[in-house]
Amino acid sequence: MVPLSYYVVLSAALFMIGLIGVLIRRNIVIILLSIELMLNAANINFVAFSHYAEMVTGQLFVFFVMTVAAAEVTVGLAIVIALYRRRATLNVEELSLLKW
Amino acid sequence: MTALLFFYFSGGIIIPALLVVLLRNPVYCTLALLVMFAHVAGLYVLLNAEFIAAVQVIVYAGAILVLYLFVVMLLNVKREERFQRQVIPASVVAVLLLAEVVVIVFGGRFSALTGEFPASRIEEVGSTAVIGQELFSRYLLPFEVASLLLLAAMIGAIVLSKRVKGEG
Repeated sequence: MVPLSYYVVLSAALFMIGLIGVLIRRNIVIILLSIELMLNAANINFVAFSHYAEMVTGQLFVFFVMTVAAAEVTVGLAIVIALYRRRATLNVEELSLLKW
Repeated sequence: MTALLFFYFSGGIIIPALLVVLLRNPVYCTLALLVMFAHVAGLYVLLNAEFIAAVQVIVYAGAILVLYLFVVMLLNVKREERFQRQVIPASVVAVLLLAEVVVIVFGGRFSALTGEFPASRIEEVGSTAVIGQELFSRYLLPFEVASLLLLAAMIGAIVLSKRVKGEG
């Protein structure tokens, strides 16, 4: 039996990889992919805790996280397509219109 | 055996996740993410959450990832500079946070909780039936809110990607 802390450390490592991806990549699609990594890290935590605490609440919340992820992807990719149509770039360093 | 499988799935999660962040070609990044989703589904099976594992494969690998692949291939991004200037600060922040989590996890103790759904009962009733019963009784309101969220996202995506008259 693997202790719960292994799962927590795995999920923390995955979350950090996603965080690094969001912070260092320039391509906006890869930034969205890194956000998926972080959401999956949270899901692993939810399922692991729900298994070890003998409840199904965590598994149910994984559903809602997946719903939010699907919504985020549809809207995010629509924004990416609209941006690309207008500016012809996916580089976040060139998309600084709202920065003062 | 369980430990062996756990370490295999962790490797199958961490290495593709690193590839997602480090690879140059966005198509390869997306495919690495597919490998990671498959291994996360395996980890869910290990945790007695078969239904969640199936949903992970269907929704994440089947729907969300295909959407990403469509957009990546549609936009035909040329290879460009991967990283921006904040590599070093970002790494420092991430390593510090990871160290903090490790210290907290190994410093504290997770007390043994006992809820109403131990693994034996889930096996007896079935993972899908248990989740369905809980979802449509105790968590009915979040369920309805989630459906509303999906509707809003759908309308938002249609509005955002619609071509305005007279533009391009």
